[in-house]
Amino acid sequence: MSLNKLNQLYRAVVLDHASHPHHKNDLADATQSIELHNISCGDDIRVFVKITTNKVEKISFTGNGCTISQASASMMTDALTGVPITKALEECDAFFQLTMGQTVPTTTQNDLGDAAILGSLAAFPARIKCATLAWHAAKTALGGEENEYNNFE
Amino acid sequence: MANKFETIAKDFPILSRRVNSEPLLYLDNAATSQTPNQVLERISDFYQTSNANVHRGVYTLANEATEAYEQVREKVAAFIHAPNAKSIVYTRSTTESLNLIASSFGDLVVNQDDEILITIMEHHSNLIPWQQLAKRTHAKLRYVMLTDDQTLDLQDFRKKLNEHTKIVSVAQTSNVLGVTNPIKLIAKLAHEKHAYVVVDAAQSVAHQKIDVQDLNVDFLAFSGHKMLGPTGIGVLFGKPELLKVMPPIQFGGEMIENVTQTQAKWQQAPWKFEAGTPNIGGVIGLGAAIDYLKAIGMPWIEATERELIERLLPELEQVAGLTIYGPQNVVQHNGIVAFNLKNLHPHDVATGLDMLGVEVRAGHHCAQPLMTTLGVEATVRASLSFYNSLTDMDRFVYAVKMVKEFFDRES
Repeated sequence: MSLNKLNQLYRAVVLDHASHPHHKNDLADATQSIELHNISCGDDIRVFVKITTNKVEKISFTGNGCTISQASASMMTDALTGVPITKALEECDAFFQLTMGQTVPTTTQNDLGDAAILGSLAAFPARIKCATLAWHAAKTALGGEENEYNNFE
Repeated sequence: MANKFETIAKDFPILSRRVNSEPLLYLDNAATSQTPNQVLERISDFYQTSNANVHRGVYTLANEATEAYEQVREKVAAFIHAPNAKSIVYTRSTTESLNLIASSFGDLVVNQDDEILITIMEHHSNLIPWQQLAKRTHAKLRYVMLTDDQTLDLQDFRKKLNEHTKIVSVAQTSNVLGVTNPIKLIAKLAHEKHAYVVVDAAQSVAHQKIDVQDLNVDFLAFSGHKMLGPTGIGVLFGKPELLKVMPPIQFGGEMIENVTQTQAKWQQAPWKFEAGTPNIGGVIGLGAAIDYLKAIGMPWIEATERELIERLLPELEQVAGLTIYGPQNVVQHNGIVAFNLKNLHPHDVATGLDMLGVEVRAGHHCAQPLMTTLGVEATVRASLSFYNSLTDMDRFVYAVKMVKEFFDRES
């Protein structure tokens, strides 16, 4: 029995982001915030954005989750800070493609920064949702996805 | 035990496959059980030799299918010692059974200011139907809480049970805490207050003998797929006099006696609850599953699983930083073990175990109010079955230790 394969997923950079996440705070001057739940484990992530002149001036997150979701959220804020909205939306889509094992141009991978390492998730399909939650919240907050919120019944 | 175990394991071909290059160790039996060859063959045989729709044709094949379908109803009744086959309704799942009671019977007997009493350890399927019934009828939904050792607080139950309580609905076995509740006592106390008693037996039916007459419950729900049968077939037991007064909640073919342009007359129970073509193959598979369980014997199953948990729990308790939910005393704990490792998210733990071929559940187990009460968002859960071995228990504990060491080293 060996856990060597786990090293591909839990690389040092992933563990660093998870234990010391970047931009993990709420944003008093946010122009939009979106909370999403991972329905299988009950984890929740809220992403805050401050948009100025079609640009992501600030982006941050709060919430609890596993190593992968926390690291991915932290990497997402690094990748999208200061990026024009249209480009940020493209990066979200590129991240989704990457986690599903699809090829993404090297320049886009470079734009994703540390997040590109989560392409390793393609080998762990059960965990893709953990990683993409924060990115879906970001995409929704940036107006790129329908906000399908349901109210409590 | 060893010899019988080896014979039994051979009946489940899936148990000999590999996962992530390791031999599969399946420990998610509380989510669904594996299916033995005997069940698969019976279903296949039915489709190959006797398939026809039930309760419709007058031809030989249709008659054979109908007989097989109705014989299983008798088999199910005998398995839980129901008074007769007419007290057995086929449904899609435990969830559908519970929804049927809440929608049909619930709306019949629950009025404004009445109380519905459930427990904080209920699965969402035995919670939301009552929550929504309470909202519809302006009744009050109350929860029996846990004792300090995370078993059902019977004092709290006695306190919250009163003359306004119309329905008491409770799981026989929790899908998280590994506790089995004293249903006979609960039913006795509830009946003293003239409340009706509903039991969610999804987690108990494959693990202990159930006698609905001895327990004296009014309704009992369970699923085929948690007792070695196929998915998509569930059972609702109801006392005949209660099923008789309950209106159907689905309408269509098979459930009627007579239809005109303006009105319709229902069949008697249980058929009035079985609108449309039912899951005939599922029923046949359920019958085969009951035959299999009876051949092995419920007392043997119970004794074997007791042996497994008594091996597992003390070993698991020794792992530093590991918290087990539910009673810590192994005598009170059955084969469902929810736990967490300190500073580790259950999803990370489950992925680690998966790499070692060990399949367990990680999440909130469809019991979010319970998770809140326990003060966690999610847990890892290992749930065993009689087809697991003592070696499996040792291997599981070893795998947990390996995963813990992996993350301890990395962080």
